[in-house]
Amino acid sequence: MDGLMVPMEHVLVIAGLLFVCGLFGLMLRRNIIFMLMSLEVMLNSAALAFIAAGAHWGQADGQIIFMLILTVAAAEVAVGLGLVLQIQRRFKTLDMDQANRLRG
Amino acid sequence: MLAALFYIAAFIALTSTMAALTRTNATHALIYLIVSLLAVAVMFFLMGAPFAAALEVVIYAGAIMVLFVFVIMMLNLGDTGEDREREWLTGRNWFIPGAMAALLLLEMLLVLSDSQGVTTGTAVSPKAVGITLFGPYLLAVEIASMLLLSALVGAYHLGRRFIVRRGDH
Repeated sequence: MDGLMVPMEHVLVIAGLLFVCGLFGLMLRRNIIFMLMSLEVMLNSAALAFIAAGAHWGQADGQIIFMLILTVAAAEVAVGLGLVLQIQRRFKTLDMDQANRLRG
Repeated sequence: MLAALFYIAAFIALTSTMAALTRTNATHALIYLIVSLLAVAVMFFLMGAPFAAALEVVIYAGAIMVLFVFVIMMLNLGDTGEDREREWLTGRNWFIPGAMAALLLLEMLLVLSDSQGVTTGTAVSPKAVGITLFGPYLLAVEIASMLLLSALVGAYHLGRRFIVRRGDH
């Protein structure tokens, strides 16, 4: 199916709004699970900007960078959630302010 | 018609993201986040990137979110965590992060205000994506595979100690 013509600035503004949502969540929340979710939102908004640029030029490169971002997000979530399990076991809380000493 | 669908999907993505990041219950937040990712997948599809849309649904909304669900179920947080979250979310904690995020958004809007051009109406087929991926970007594929392997080893290392200690008592 054919795509549609969207003005670039609309897509980029939507991506920027999503990114700022994620950044706001990352600064506001102290629960590490919500911080990981905010990181996901931020990576996803960057991917949206890449897809928009790929659609603008009609090239496949945007989708390829999207796939690389997907890889980074998957790797980050896997390691991050492993760290969540360790933090919960060691500190009995998910509050990141409790885990601010490098040697718990 | 298609443009209306696009803007509706964008609205859903923004509202559900905001809802997800202000929930106190992690499971509810996860459901909102899945809705947001599905809306972004609709936007990808409408912009002419069907393969990226499929990957967004299968890997982001599927695999990555299922990882989150598993971890939340393993942690078994309960109601105490929810009360603590509500305590953190109230009060003046909102002000400084909100002001900084709003400032950044303002700067981004200023920079984007003179951008022009539209997305082309043609869809980039999965075939073209595959040819480009395994042609000029072959090195990136190899690096991505190494990144995934290191993440696998790291996650196994971190998770294995957790499981062994849980089995002790």
